[in-house]
Amino acid sequence: MNILVCVKRVPDPAENEIEISSDGSDIEREDLVYSVNEWDNYAVEEAIQIREQHGGSVTVVSVGEEESEEVLRREMAMGADQGILVSDDAFEGSDGRGIATILKAVAESGDYDLILTGAQSDEGAAQIGGMLAAMLDQPYASLVNEIQVQGGTKLQVGREIEGGNQEVSEIELPCVLSIQSGINEPRYVGIRGIRKVSGVEIPEKEASDLGLSEDQVGQKAARVKRVDYFHPEMGEGAEILEGSTEEVAEKLVELLKSKGGMK
Amino acid sequence: MEHALIPPAEIAILGIPGMVLALLISVVGIAAFGYIIARRLIPLAKGASDPRFDRFPTRIKNVLLYWLAQYKQPRYRLAGILHIVIFIGFLILAIRSISLVIIGIYPEFVFPGLDGTAGTIYGVLKDYAATAVLIACVIAGVRRGFFKPDRYKVPAKYGKEHTWEAIFVLGLIGGLMVFESLFEATAVAAQVQQGAGAELIAPLSLGWLFSVVLGQVPVPALQSMHAASYFLHDIVFFFFLCYLPFGKHFHVISSIFNVIFSKLDRGRIKPVQWGVSDEELDNLDAFGVRYLEDFTWKHMLDFYTCVDCGRCSDNCPANAVGRPLSPRFISIKARDEMFDRFPVLGEIKPREPLMGRVFEEDAIWSCTTCGACEEECPVMNEYIDKMVDLRRAMVEEGQVPQSLQKPLGALEKRGNPYGKTEKKRLEWTQSLPEEIQVRVAGSKDQPATLYFPDSATSFDERLQDIARSSATILHYCGEDFGILGKAERDSGHEVRRFGEEMLFQTLRDANTQAMDKSGAQRVVTSDPHAYNALTKDYENIPPAQHMSQYILEKIQSGAIKLRPMQEEASVVTYHDPCYMGRHNLLYDTPRRILDAIPGLTRVEMERSRDSSFCCGGGGLMLFYEPPEEEERMGQKRARMIAETGADLVVSCCPFCLTNLEDGIKTSGMEGKVRIMDLTELVARHLDWDQTESPEAAESTGSST
Repeated sequence: MNILVCVKRVPDPAENEIEISSDGSDIEREDLVYSVNEWDNYAVEEAIQIREQHGGSVTVVSVGEEESEEVLRREMAMGADQGILVSDDAFEGSDGRGIATILKAVAESGDYDLILTGAQSDEGAAQIGGMLAAMLDQPYASLVNEIQVQGGTKLQVGREIEGGNQEVSEIELPCVLSIQSGINEPRYVGIRGIRKVSGVEIPEKEASDLGLSEDQVGQKAARVKRVDYFHPEMGEGAEILEGSTEEVAEKLVELLKSKGGMK
Repeated sequence: MEHALIPPAEIAILGIPGMVLALLISVVGIAAFGYIIARRLIPLAKGASDPRFDRFPTRIKNVLLYWLAQYKQPRYRLAGILHIVIFIGFLILAIRSISLVIIGIYPEFVFPGLDGTAGTIYGVLKDYAATAVLIACVIAGVRRGFFKPDRYKVPAKYGKEHTWEAIFVLGLIGGLMVFESLFEATAVAAQVQQGAGAELIAPLSLGWLFSVVLGQVPVPALQSMHAASYFLHDIVFFFFLCYLPFGKHFHVISSIFNVIFSKLDRGRIKPVQWGVSDEELDNLDAFGVRYLEDFTWKHMLDFYTCVDCGRCSDNCPANAVGRPLSPRFISIKARDEMFDRFPVLGEIKPREPLMGRVFEEDAIWSCTTCGACEEECPVMNEYIDKMVDLRRAMVEEGQVPQSLQKPLGALEKRGNPYGKTEKKRLEWTQSLPEEIQVRVAGSKDQPATLYFPDSATSFDERLQDIARSSATILHYCGEDFGILGKAERDSGHEVRRFGEEMLFQTLRDANTQAMDKSGAQRVVTSDPHAYNALTKDYENIPPAQHMSQYILEKIQSGAIKLRPMQEEASVVTYHDPCYMGRHNLLYDTPRRILDAIPGLTRVEMERSRDSSFCCGGGGLMLFYEPPEEEERMGQKRARMIAETGADLVVSCCPFCLTNLEDGIKTSGMEGKVRIMDLTELVARHLDWDQTESPEAAESTGSST
C-alpha cells in the first residue's frame, strides 16, 4: 500500500511560551522552536506500521517554508521512504481550502492508496483532511484511532465516540483518514537517526510543478481570513489563583473543599 | 614409610590396573574440562572489545581484597562466613586434591615443598579444612533447602527455583570432603591395627573421626574402602570440575578473572564502542547491545560468573518497589542465553534480538543507575554499563517510552527537559537580595568561578532555593563567581545514561564551548549528577567541584564560620545521594559539614553510605512512568528516615530533595520529618557577623 502522510511544522506548546503579538494577528514567533505537529507524528507512525505489515511505501509531504524540510527529515528518520517539500511564495496566506488544494495536487501527482493527515494542527481547525477528501472525491473518516487493513481494497477504522465507546467502520480504498493522537506509540527519533538521512535528497515542488495557479492558492484565493487573536477575558465566576505552585495548590484545595468537591 | 594398605595405583579393579584406571579418569576428565572451557570461550571471543589489560597493580590489589580476602562476603553475615569457610577450605584442599589425583598414577608423589614438617603441618591444616568445609556445606544445605532465604526465590516469570542446583553442588563438595577423609582414615586405621606408625591425623577432624570408627574393621574391608574412596574422590573431582561451567558454580573458576578485569572507573559510562572516537561514531552501523554478541567479552564473563546469590536484587531500589527489574535475572537470563546459543555439545544457534525475549524493555528503563547492585556484588559484576548499552540499542530502534520522548525532545530543542525557554535559566537569581550579584559569565564578563546549577535546580521552583543558597554561600566567601545563564545546557548526565549518546554529546559540546568562552578557572555545582558528568563525562573543561567539597574547604580554611544549630530539629540524618556516595565516594565530606554546625545531633540510617537506598533517580528518571510500581522509592526511603527518629533529613542533591520531599508528604510524614539540601542548611547557618552583609542571612532560604 502506498501511503501519503501530510505533515506540518508547528511551534510545540510544550517547548515554547506562546504569546500573542502586539497587533493581535499572530503569535510572537521570535524565540520559538518548532517540531512536527503531534497528530501528524502519530499518522506517520501508523503509516510505517501498515507498511511494515503489508508492504508498500510511505511518503511524507509538507507545505511550508524551507525550514519544513527538518520535519520531513525527522519523519524520514522515523522510517518514511521519501519526502516532498512543497514551498512557494505564492502559497503565502493560504486558508484551509488553499492548503487542501495544494495537497490535492500533490496527491494526484503520485499514486497513493491511502492519505493520512493529523486530526488537527496548531491552528486547531481540523479541516484539511475533510476538504482534501472532498476535492479528491474520496471517502473520508475523521479522528481515526484504529486501522486494520482488510485485503487490498478496504480498511476497518475505529473512532472513539461519546462516553468512551468505540465505533468501527469499513471504508473503501483509496481514502483519506485524519488520525487521532494515541492511535499508537510513535517511535523515538534521535539525533543519530536524523543524521543518517541527512544526505537523502528531498525534492522541492513549487506551484508551477503542481500545475497550480495564483488564483487557486495564497492570499488572493483565501476566503477565510484571521481577524484577531486574544486571550479570553475573565468571565464572571472565573478566578485565577496566584502565587507559588505550593500556594496555588493550597488555595485550590481550600476552594475544592469549601465547594464540596473534595472532602 | 611402609604402607599397611596397597595404594590404589597398585591394585586391580575388574582386572584393570588401578594406575591405568586413574590415568584414564584423569585424561578423560582433563580433556572434557578443556573442551568445555574452549566451547564456553567462543561467545567471549565473538564479543565486543573491552580494554581491561591496564593498571595491573590496582587489579592485583582487587584480587587480593575481593577474591582472596572475600571482602564483600560478610555484608551478608551468615552466608558470607559460610562462603569464606568453603572458599578458604577449597584453596587449602586444592593441593590435596591434585596430589590425590597424581598419587593414583605415581604412588610416591609428594607435592613440591610438602615433604617433611611442611607436609605434616599441611596435613593437619587440610584435615581441619575438610572438616570445616563439610560442616559449612551441611549448614548451607539446610539453609538453602529448609530455611530458604527470600532472596533465593525465583519469581515465576524468571523460571524455576535453583535450589536443587545449589544443594547438588553442596553435595558434591561434601562428597569430596568425605572421600578424601575416608581415603586417609582407612590407611591410618589399617596402620594402627598392624602396629605400624600411623601418619598424624588431626584430632577431632573428619578423618580422625573416621579412623576411630573404622578402628576395628578388618584390614581387607579397609583395603576395599580405601580403594573405593580413592576412585570415588577421583570421579567426583573430575565430574565437579566439568560440571562447574554449566551453572552458577562457574564462578569457582571464573571469579578470579572477573575480579582481575573488573571495572576500575566508578561513575563512568563505557563509550559506545571501545576504540571508536566520538568523531568516528557516525561510521558505526549500530549503537548499543541488540544481540548477545554486542556485549563486550567482559560483560559476558560477568554473566558466567554470576553466583545467583541475589544480593544485587535484594539491594536494588527498583526491585524493592515492584518495578519489573531484578538485576540478578539480567545476569542469569543472559547466561542462560549464552548456554543456549553456544552449547557445549551441538551447533551454535543463530543470533536473535535480546529485547522482548531475554530482557523486557520496561526492566531496562526501570534502572536508576544508582549502583547498589554493583556495590553489593561479591564477584564485581557490572550492571550500569549494560543497562546503558541496552538502552542505546533501544534508542536506535526508536523504542523509547512515551513518557521520556517529550523531555528528550525538549532537551534537543531547548537544552532542558522541561521545554522552558533558555532565558528562564536566570529566573532563580531574581529573588536574591540585592547585594548578592550573580553575574552572567561570557566573553565580556569573566569571573574565576562558574556556578553550574544544571536544569532541575535552574527551573524547578522548589529546587531554585538550592541555587540561591549556593549563590549566598559563594557570595559569603567572597568568591568571584558567575553562571552561564542562557548559554548553559543540561549537563546531559541522564541523557547519556538513558542511551541517547548523540544528544548527550550535543549538550556536552555546547556546555564545553560556553565554559571555554567564560574563561572560568573552575566550576562548582550543587548537583551530584552534574558533578559526576563534569568530572567523568566531560573533557577540556575547568576542574569541577561539588558544593559540599567547596564548603568543607572553606570551613577548614576558616572562611566559613557557622552559627549554632538554628533549625527546630532534635536529630538530623543524612541521606547519601548515589552520585555523591557510591559513584564518587564522597561519604564523609557532607557529614563533616553537618558535624561542623555546633549543636547538631546526627544519626545514621541503617542503609547509609555505600548501601544507601536510591530516592527514585534524577534527570530523565523524574519523567519516566514505570508500568508497574507498588510505591515510590522516595516513600520507602521516607520510612527508613522515620525509623531513625530524625526529624530533619539532609541531602545534597536536587533530585533527592524532590523525591524525598514527595515521599515524606505522600506517606503521611509531613510535619514529622523535613528535608533540606545541605546548601540550604549551610546558607542559613552562615555567621554573617564576621562579614559585611548581614541582611543576606535573613533573606535566603526563606521558602523552606
